[in-house]
Order: sequence, then C-alpha cells, then structure tokens
Amino acid sequence: MLQVDDLRLGFVAGKKNLIAVDGISFAIARGETLALLGESGCGKSATALALLRLLPGAGRIFGGQVSLDGENLLQLSEAKMRQVRGGRMAMIFQEPATSLNPVLTVGRQIGEVLEQHLKLSGAAARERMLALLRQVGIADPERRLDEYPFQLSGGMKQRVMIAIALAGEPQLLIADEPTTALDVTVQAQILDLLAQLQAERGMGMLLITHDLGVVARMAQRIGVMYAGELVEVASREDFFSRPRHPYTQALFAALPDAAHRGQKLLTIPGLVPSLAAMPAGCRFADRCAQVMAQCRTQSPAWREVAPGHQLRCHWSGSAGGESALRHQLSEINGDAGKPCLEVSDLKVHFPIRKGVLQRTVGHVFAVDGISMAILPGRTLALVGESGCGKTTVGKALLQLVAPTAGSVRLGGGELVGLKGKRLRTVRRHLQMIFQDPFASLNPRLRVGEIIAEGMAALRLQTEAGARHSAIVALLKQVGLAEEAIERYPHEFSGGQRQRIAIARALAVQPEVLICDEPTSALDVSVQAQILNLLKALQAELGVAYLFITHNFAVVEYLAHDVAVMYLGRIVERGRAEEVLRRAQHPYTQALLSAVPTPRIDVISQAVRLAGETPSPANPPTGCHFHPRCPRAQAICRENYPPAQAISSTHAVNCHFPG
Amino acid sequence: MMPFQIVVLWSDVLVWLLFAAAIGFAVLVAHNPPLLSAWRRVGASRLGMASATILVAFIGIGLLDSLHFRQALDGKPGQKTQYAVEVLSLLDALASPLRLNNEKTYSAPFATRLYAKETIEVPGLGAVREYPRLKNAGKHLGEHEEELLADAAFTAWRAILLALLVWLALTAWLLQRRAAAVDASRRAKTSGDETEFAWSSVLLTLLLMLMVLTPLFALSGKYHVFGTDKVGQDVLYQVLKSVRTGLIIGLVTTLVLLPLAVGLGIVAGYFRGWVDDLIQYVYTVLNSIPGVLLIAASVLMMQVIIDTHPQWFATAAERADLRLLALCFILGMTSWTGLCRLLRGETLKLRELEYIQAAQAFGVSHGRIIVRHILPNLMHIVIISLVMDFSGLVLAEAVLSYVGIGVDPTMTSFGTMINNARMELGREPVVWWSLAAAFSAMFILVLAANLFADAVRDAFDPRVA
Repeated sequence: MLQVDDLRLGFVAGKKNLIAVDGISFAIARGETLALLGESGCGKSATALALLRLLPGAGRIFGGQVSLDGENLLQLSEAKMRQVRGGRMAMIFQEPATSLNPVLTVGRQIGEVLEQHLKLSGAAARERMLALLRQVGIADPERRLDEYPFQLSGGMKQRVMIAIALAGEPQLLIADEPTTALDVTVQAQILDLLAQLQAERGMGMLLITHDLGVVARMAQRIGVMYAGELVEVASREDFFSRPRHPYTQALFAALPDAAHRGQKLLTIPGLVPSLAAMPAGCRFADRCAQVMAQCRTQSPAWREVAPGHQLRCHWSGSAGGESALRHQLSEINGDAGKPCLEVSDLKVHFPIRKGVLQRTVGHVFAVDGISMAILPGRTLALVGESGCGKTTVGKALLQLVAPTAGSVRLGGGELVGLKGKRLRTVRRHLQMIFQDPFASLNPRLRVGEIIAEGMAALRLQTEAGARHSAIVALLKQVGLAEEAIERYPHEFSGGQRQRIAIARALAVQPEVLICDEPTSALDVSVQAQILNLLKALQAELGVAYLFITHNFAVVEYLAHDVAVMYLGRIVERGRAEEVLRRAQHPYTQALLSAVPTPRIDVISQAVRLAGETPSPANPPTGCHFHPRCPRAQAICRENYPPAQAISSTHAVNCHFPG
Repeated sequence: MMPFQIVVLWSDVLVWLLFAAAIGFAVLVAHNPPLLSAWRRVGASRLGMASATILVAFIGIGLLDSLHFRQALDGKPGQKTQYAVEVLSLLDALASPLRLNNEKTYSAPFATRLYAKETIEVPGLGAVREYPRLKNAGKHLGEHEEELLADAAFTAWRAILLALLVWLALTAWLLQRRAAAVDASRRAKTSGDETEFAWSSVLLTLLLMLMVLTPLFALSGKYHVFGTDKVGQDVLYQVLKSVRTGLIIGLVTTLVLLPLAVGLGIVAGYFRGWVDDLIQYVYTVLNSIPGVLLIAASVLMMQVIIDTHPQWFATAAERADLRLLALCFILGMTSWTGLCRLLRGETLKLRELEYIQAAQAFGVSHGRIIVRHILPNLMHIVIISLVMDFSGLVLAEAVLSYVGIGVDPTMTSFGTMINNARMELGREPVVWWSLAAAFSAMFILVLAANLFADAVRDAFDPRVA
C-alpha cells in the first residue's frame, strides 16, 4: 500500500545540506505493522514527518518516491496533500500532553477532522465522535466530548489523540513513539488498543520506537535504522531469533535483564555519527564489533540474506563469542552489617491552598508513611509509576523537601529537622544523581567547576592542587578524559553528561547515592554504559544505591532489594528475586506483566489493570489499590492492609496476597 | 599655566565608567566560550552589524561630547588666570564653526538669506523690506548667490570622492588582514565559517555613512545644511549635541534600573514566600500609577530643590547635568518593574531545575547559588531587555521634554528640539527643518538600537543556542 523508494531528506544549515535520511526504501501492506527501530538521532521521526510532508522549515526532501496506493505523494499539490493528511494517513505523536490544543474541547478537536475529511457536522458528527471515543475505550464519552484536555489523564489524552487520528478513517497510521511518555500499565492498555483497532480496520501502521519490548508486541516486520540508513529489515520471527546486523545484535546485548545479573552489559562504544561528519564507508564501522578493513572504505550494499530479510552489512558471520566479551563482575555480598540509611514512617504532605487568604483546604499525600533500610554496598530499587511519590522520597531523604513527619537516620544520626551547618556536614554522606543529564548540569560552568562545587561547599580538599588531582581521579573513575575539566557541558553527549553528574556526586564520597531514573533519558546502548559504571563503582567503593525507577529490566539487572510504591506507600518489599519472581501483591503482578518483553517466545498472560493511578490528593479509602484491583473485596474498601511477612525479607501489604 | 581647565561633570564620570565597564565586559566575554559564541552569532548577523556600525558612530559622538573643559580668558600676565563660565566639550571645540556661526533667526537649509523679512537701509533707496543676507552662510559666494547650487554640488562631489578613497583604502587594508587571518586559520585547521563576522555589511554601512556624512560636514562649514533655529543656532550642531543626551538617558537609566530589577527579581523568584509577596506588591503598586504622572511629580520636586540651592553649582552646565542625572534616576526608579517581573518568572523556572537542586544537596549557600547558578543563566534576558529598553528610554526622554518635564532647557536634546520646533509648525510658511532633523536623527538612532536588539535577541535565544 505504502511504498517508499530511495527517500533522501535532510536539513539546510547555512549553505550546507545535512543529509538526515539517506536513501531508505520500505513498503507497508494493508493490515501490516512495520516498526522503525533505532537510537535517537537516527532519522526515524524525520522519515515519518517526510511521509506526511510535514518536515520543519529547514527540512528538505532531496529525492526518492513516496507512493500511497500508487499515487506519488511528493508531487501532490499542497491542497491535495491536505486531503491525504488525516484522511488517508494519520499520525499519533509522542507527547499526548502537548499534541492536544488546551483551549478546545475534545469534541471540537475530533470534529475538525470529521468536517475536513468526511464533511460531517452537527448531529451526525456528534454521533460519529461518540462512536470513535467508545472505540478507543473512553468511558462516558458523552461527558468527555465537552471536556477540555486538562480534565483528562495522560492515558486518556493519548486515547483521544488516537480517536482524532482514526476520525479521518486513514489507511495508514503513523505512530511516533506513542507510549514513551506513558506509564507501563497505561502503555499496555494503549498498545492493546492500537493492535485491536488495527486488526478491526485493516490499517497499515508505521510504528516508530526505540523500545524492543514494544516492537516484540506490535510489529510484523521490523526495520532497524542507523545514522539515516536502514541497516536491517526482517520479519518479526527472523528479527528476534536471528538478528544479522552487528548493530541489531548489539542493541539486544545492551538490554539489561535478570539473565545478565552480575555480568557486565555489552555496550556499543562511541556515538551515532553527527550529520555533518558521516563516515565514508559503513556508518556503523566505528562502533562495530565485527569491523573489517573493507567496512572503512566501502559502503555495504543492500542485500537479501533470506526471504524477507534484508541487510546492509559486509559481515556474513553469525553472532558468537558474545559471552567471551562479557566480564564477570564480582558482587559484594553485603548481607552483614547495619543499614547505613534507615527510614521510618516518612511522610511528605503538600498543602493545597486556595482562596485569597491561602487557606489550606487539603493535602497532597505525596509520601504517606514509608519505611525502608539500605545496607551498605547494596542497591535498593524503589519502583512505581509516575505520580506515586518515588521522586519525592528521594528529595525528602536529602532534605530538599522538608518531611512532614517520620525519621531519616543516616549512620545513626537523625537527619529530619537538622539545619545549617549540622545539615551541611551530613550532606556529604548522601548524594543524588538526577534523571535528566541535560538539566542537571549548569550550562555556564566548566566540568571542573561543576565537580568541584560539592567539595567547595563542604570544605573538602581545600588546597587547589589536591582538589585538581581529586577531580582528575574522579573523571578517570567515571571514564572521562582529563581534558574534560576545561570544557562545558554542552560539548558532551547525554551519556557523558550523566557520567559528569555521577562524578559530581561521588566527589564528596557519599555512602548512599540516590539515583533518580538516571538512565530513562538515555538510549539503550548508553544506558548499558551507565549501568555498567554504576555497578563497577559499587563494587569498587562499596556505595549503597537507592535506585528510583519505573524500568523493571533495570531493576532485574541491578537491584538487590526491591520496594514497590503505589500512591505514596510501599505495597511490597523484598529481595529482588522474591519480588520479581514470586510477586504477591496484585499491583506488582500487574506491573510485571505489563512490561513488554523484547522476546517473542514469552507469551505473557497479561494482568491488565483498569483505569489509572488516582490522585494522591484524594486517595481511595481502605486499600489504595482496591478500585483497580481484580481481587478487591469488601474489606479492601474499609481497611488498609497491614504488612504481612511472606519470608524474613519479603513483606506485602495486601489482604489477599498470592 | 594651562590654556584650559578640565571640568568633570558627574555624567561624564558615569559615561566613561560605562565605557570602561563595556570594555571589561568584552574582555570577560572573550574568556567565556558560551558567551563568546553567542556574541559571535551577533557578529554574524548582517543587519545587526550594520546597525552596530551606526550605533558606534553615535557613541563616538557621545564620547567626544563627554570630555568637558573651560577655556582660559585672556588676562594680564601675572594675574591669576580666569576661566570662562561656559563649559565646552571636545565636540564643541571640533565643531566650533558650527557652534559660533550663528545667524539672527530662522534660515532654511542651504539658504543664503534669512527666513524673515527685515527693514534694511539701502543707500539711495531708503528703507527697503527684504530678506537680508545671512552673516555666515554662503559668504564666500559674494554677489553671485545664484552659483549656490553649483558650488554646493562641487563641494559635495569632492567630499564624496574623498570618502570613496578613504573607504577603498580601508577596505583594501581590511581585506589584506582578512587574507592573512584566513591563511593563519587554515594552517591551524580551525574553521569558523558558520559564524563569520559580517564584514561585508559593516563595510557597506561604512560606505553609506561616509558618502552621506563627508559631504554633510564639508558643506556645513559654508552653509547651514539643516538650517538654523529661532535664535539662529545651527540645527546640525544641535543634533550632534542631542546625541549625548539621548545616550546618557538610555544608558545611565539602565544602570539605575538594573540592580533593582535583577536583585529584586531574583530574590523574589528564588526565596518565594513573603519576600516574593512583598516585592510583587511593590511593583504592582508602582505599575498601577500612571508613569508620566509619577515622573512629572518627581521632576517638579527635584526642580524646586535645584532652584532653591543655586550655591551647589559653579556653572549652568553643572546644574543642567545634575538635572539630567536626576531624570535618569527617576526614569530608572519607575521602569524597573517590567524586567523585574520577567526575571522573577525565569528564576521561578530555574530554581526547580536539577542543577540547582544538586547544589542545594551539597549545602551550597543561597547567595552562592544565586551568583553562580541563577544569575549567569539569566544574563541573556538581561542583555536582551537592556538593549531593547535603550530605544524606549530615548523616546521617553523626547516625550518628557516635549511635555516640559524633561531635561534642563539649556541642554539640547531631541525632546527640547522637537518641543521648540512644534510652535513653528503652525507658521506660514512652515519651519520644518528643525523638527525633521531632530526626528530623523532620533529615528536612525532608535532604529539602529532596535535592529541591534533584534540581532542580540536572536543570538541569545536559548531555542537557537
């Protein structure tokens, strides 16, 4: 149905043309899903926008053909093209929060498409809108139609977005990272919905993603993009059982999971080459494990290795020697010893103020009485969906947010309520690594100054020479060159910045490091590098991690202990293998089954949760989870379940565990 | 025995301090790569550099006009030297033909006769009502007044030729230097072609300026190119003198406004709570009083103080100068609210960023966080709004002087020029040149400042960087 031939596009920068996508060809048949997979900066989104001819101002299409049912889209007039957009081809964007217009009602935004493409208006249009909203699984569509986007949750916004995309009855749906911004349980709902709609309508779908798990669930054929080229196209079975391109293989190897616990993850060295400096030969040559002399000079041709399995690579061997490349990492068994950080009944409530006099009318129960202990040299993973209060826990531990009640004891000393100088001296024992490496480094300071900041504030290494050598040692420890000291953060890539942030935290030699989703903003291959680094540092320095995340693969790979949070409370805790293999709480079970696995042999009997996390300002009575729980009974609505010990280390807050 | 006595006015001090600060800032920028690259982007903007060239010319005039002295009077030898009451500037000295060649009253540009008829005694004819010849302009023509056009054209052509030669020499010199620089950079293998300084537009502007200004000044020795005003003063001279007033109003006011806006804005945004409430109330109250009313009240009060303390001032120039500074101060006190609000909002955003939280987690003190983490990240807003405010303030001065609450009447400014000229618009035949000259000079200054501000904003826009 859709046929793309040798599409070349790029961006105009000054007098130069930077080629972003260099001659890609693919086809999508009716009812088929093609997934485009690749790291950021590989040209996936640019390709999708080019199909709709929606490239930004500096973007140009330099050549090639895009035909939909035999009609060349690149030669249509702009007026005709408008008929195609939304009518025959529709797009779903990544961020549901920004792709809906906040000042128009849901109905108006769907109606716009109906009017444009189906010439529907009035009662007929309303009828159609209601049907669409029902189709995308929105309860009570009559009411929702007249609501504004801010009244909807993230998952519902994405559903509305899908309804808008479907309104023009497109033959082809382009979904650009449709679930990246959503929580796992909501992601599972949306993916189910997309798969079901596609089956009903026989639409073609172009799915753009970087998540191998999503690919495994959704795609029939997979195209891997690297630096503006398609490097491998294969059917789902071939792709997951026999990946041929070294890049594809490396992507799989870089994924953290339980099977690789205690081993170093394979990483892809280096970065995607920049548009301005594309290598002459194979674009992956510099990062490839199988590189040959020929790869440097000659760009590999597109060849078919098996029916429906095409490849752009000189190398024709098969994966092997993988295990030799992995190094065993020694794990510290830190069972013995006293906990270095103890938290008991920590509460953080934010007042909600209203009116002229700013009277407190209620509280957001962001963290509502959690207790935990971190042992030296071990990793405790705090898992939960967005809005459950896990980041607030991290900040409250650091006293960046004043806890409402409870105690945080660090090596025997109480942190809550400390002020001024006493607090400052304690701070060196507890540090934090933030989520977004682009926001956590001051762009106006040099790397050396950034790392030295903590030492200066805490009066460590006050002598200039000693401080300089300490910084050099830290940079070496996190795998950066000494020259970095004089450079500015913007000269570094995301992964390198995260290394700088780690060096900054380590500069004051903390005993506990709070990592707030340190890899969620990074590509898979870079994530593997950072996880390796964190693990190596733990083995070397014996530092304990509180790892705040929503990514179960990372948890499985890294954590010794796991605590699952829901609406400000910990619902289940235990050793990693206990919680992940023998989960007792229905919420943990649902979370685990909602995670898309990057394998096709695992058919998960999914536990699907209805609805989304309620607001922490107004948590449900009794067990917070009961409105979404499949096992809920009368008692769940009345009493919050006490902690039940399953084993000496495993506890769960549920009336009906199992 | 000095032939003159140097007079240092308060505004001169400020002007030269500002000049020194600008040079210091440039040195600072040269050592700070992110700032340097942003200013390089300004340098690459053609329109920005063209307007900067014009601004430099205005600033040059302003600086020349900011070196003041009093001339020694001819006295008997042995006596203590007496100095003239009149305070002159270097610009006055350079333009003394313009300053001294006064006529009796109005005369049109390039006129040889006055604009008003007078009764003249002509021997043999008795009293005749006629347009009398000007005292200074076109004297060299003698009886051949009809040759004016030819003479003016000839002078202008000669000047244009000279300007062209000067420009060609300058261009050749620059090209040679550029070629050497390119050679050197090629050897060093550093290519900066993305942000190349827009020499071409600077040269083009320079050519245009030379082509216009050289003939203008060549002619101004012989004629009143922009005519004369009511008391016979050359309008070109007034325009030149107005430049300094405009620049001081634009620059010194921002100096007053800056600490208030930056300090209060950051403090309000960073500390929140009651500090924020207090500062917000202050600027909301200030904003709700009509600006002109507030300024008028303050200026009138100040005028009373100045008038009742004549002993404070040795010369009239000093009095006018103090009044100018007071006006800057008043303007500054009433116009900091916009920038303050902008900076408060931006600080609110910045304080939630993770690097600020990281600093807080290290126990870095509030003062240090503000100076090291917040202020540098607000600088682009400060620079943009300063450059944009400048033109607004020059215009504000014109409006205030027009209303009569601006600078001292003895001080020339665009506002006073327009104010004096407005009466004559009702005359028949109309006297248009005073207004036209003041208006075009101010227009060019403000337009150049605005275009430059645009270039700066584009270069510092974080979305581009």
